[in-house]
Amino acid sequence: MGDPINLISQWFTNLLLGWGLAENLVIVISLAIGAAIVATLGMITVIALIWVERKIAGRLQDRLGPNRAGPYGLLQPFADMIKIFTKEITTPDGADKVAFNIAPVLAMASVLLIWAVIPFAATVVGTNINVGVLYIVAVGSFGVIAVLMAGWSSNNKFALLGAFRAVAQMVSYEVPMVIALLVPVLLARSMGMNDIVAAQTPWFIILAPLAALIFLITSMAEVGRAPFDLIEAESEIVAGFHTEYSGMGFGMFYVSEFLHVWTIGALIATFFLGGWSGPGAENLPILGILYFYIKTFIGYFVITWIRLSLPRVRIDQLLAFNWKFLTPLALVVLIVTAIVDKSLEMVGVERWAYALIMLAANLLIGWATVLILKAIEPARARQRVEFEPRPVAVAPKPTDN
Amino acid sequence: MISLSWYLIFAAALFSLGLYGVLARKNAIAILMGIELMLNAININLVAFWRYGDLANIAGQAFAVIVFAVAAAEVAVGLALVISIYRRRNTVVAEEIDLMKW
Amino acid sequence: MSDVEILFLIIAVVTLLAALFVVTTPNLVHAALWLILTLFGVAATFVLLNATFLAVVQVVVYIGAIAVLMIFAIMLTRRVMKDSGPQTNANWGWAALLGLTLFAGLTFVLINSGAADASLPALAADVDPLVQLGQELVSPNAYVIPFELASVLLLAAMIGAIAVAWKE
Repeated sequence: MGDPINLISQWFTNLLLGWGLAENLVIVISLAIGAAIVATLGMITVIALIWVERKIAGRLQDRLGPNRAGPYGLLQPFADMIKIFTKEITTPDGADKVAFNIAPVLAMASVLLIWAVIPFAATVVGTNINVGVLYIVAVGSFGVIAVLMAGWSSNNKFALLGAFRAVAQMVSYEVPMVIALLVPVLLARSMGMNDIVAAQTPWFIILAPLAALIFLITSMAEVGRAPFDLIEAESEIVAGFHTEYSGMGFGMFYVSEFLHVWTIGALIATFFLGGWSGPGAENLPILGILYFYIKTFIGYFVITWIRLSLPRVRIDQLLAFNWKFLTPLALVVLIVTAIVDKSLEMVGVERWAYALIMLAANLLIGWATVLILKAIEPARARQRVEFEPRPVAVAPKPTDN
Repeated sequence: MISLSWYLIFAAALFSLGLYGVLARKNAIAILMGIELMLNAININLVAFWRYGDLANIAGQAFAVIVFAVAAAEVAVGLALVISIYRRRNTVVAEEIDLMKW
Repeated sequence: MSDVEILFLIIAVVTLLAALFVVTTPNLVHAALWLILTLFGVAATFVLLNATFLAVVQVVVYIGAIAVLMIFAIMLTRRVMKDSGPQTNANWGWAALLGLTLFAGLTFVLINSGAADASLPALAADVDPLVQLGQELVSPNAYVIPFELASVLLLAAMIGAIAVAWKE
């Protein structure tokens, strides 16, 4: 008991086998249905997320947020959906029609594919492959291709500029993100998602807080949310790579962005917050799903909070921050974690002492980083260019006559 | 069961297509694409030989990993060269890059 | 024909068609997009061969890095691409002949080589090829020197690429 999902799937498999279908065919059918359920779940989550996000944004900005359609504005996302479904889907003149229309689908797929390996509970996981972490990085690259295709095929200079920015940002932030992901892999001795969850005693956010922080920052850049939303900086390049999209074409990019943020919450929960683990989750998978959703929401809330609090950075700041700060820091964290881990394994210490030493090592790196930043701050301040204050409106000079 | 020769013939076809691309294409970047096809064909062969040979001997996969690294290095340098040439001579057609042909 | 064989044939046909478009399409951005499909087909072939790690690395390295880099380079050199008409040089006939001859010759040799009789060894349940690959790549008795050389090569290529493409 307590595992309704596997019970249903077993019952369904037996039903199909009872109809006399071949076993391989039954496996394929049940996998396809499972994939459809996971994908639909993701999209339904987005409907709720749009409301949640707008409510959070409203409250953080001292507004009420949506409150007209339905109680607490709960029907607002449905109103939005009806609006976007009924809009005409246009393809601009001179656009590359096939690429233009495939790109939103690819963007959506790149996010939905991640859910195939995320463990909802001990037994509820799409597929537990032994290269799960690398798989997540791999499907992320489809998102890059989708952005590039959308920007190029639109035949619009703003779209192309936006796509260039987006790809530069995504490709460069992938480097520290992958290095940061190596830390939980190293601590769990496995790239399988379920193994990583199972290895988290205590949670990896205690063993590797710096890696968690780097992962949070880089994955925010990967989605292109403020403060890293240069991809669609309205004041500079209209709407970036999806300038020319209307109706559901735009809708799919929008939904994939929302879902991506939620997915990153799920990844943070899985890698650093113990995934589905919690009291009683091993015997009662349904409880594991609940824990997983709560932890995912924590990650999601933090990202939304940061998004609503910080202004947009400049493109050179964005790239300099990545290459001159995050990548070296991630490398140092990885190397130190590996050395500490190996030496502690050789000495053979208790698990709590191991956790304490890991935490201390991370804090030490963080402290050293702050010291180094303070030491080079004067040099950076000298580079800053100060302009003469120039008033926007000048009173006209009094004339003689 | 898929026969080993299927994989090998598939790889041979991919290699031949890559060879055609390298020989027939004008644009230097397209030539690089042909080279990528050929490298991929070789990787298929390496992995197929690993799978159908002695599984304990992982050499096929290890070589494939090194081919990945070489391909990445080749593309990085190749494209840097193409862009550098484009900046100086305003062309990416391989035939027109003939400064050293004397 | 078994299910797996049909799956292989579908993958092979799609991959080869995409590869054909890579080498024949006049529009280079389209060629790059077809290249992505080809590379994905090769990744699928790796999955059929039980090399999941290589399949995923193929997607990360080839699609995520190399193909994106190529599309970037094509767009940065876009003017020329638009100006010139046909994208093949004068020797394309000879090239096609050579390609076909090579393919025919290789197929002839392969069919007569006895590769068709090679048996498919069962994967051992207790040995993970991924773990084995990881250990051998850094083992002094196996491939640590090629592995390190590959990393040095990558570093050299990176520095070289920056030096070559540097704008004074």
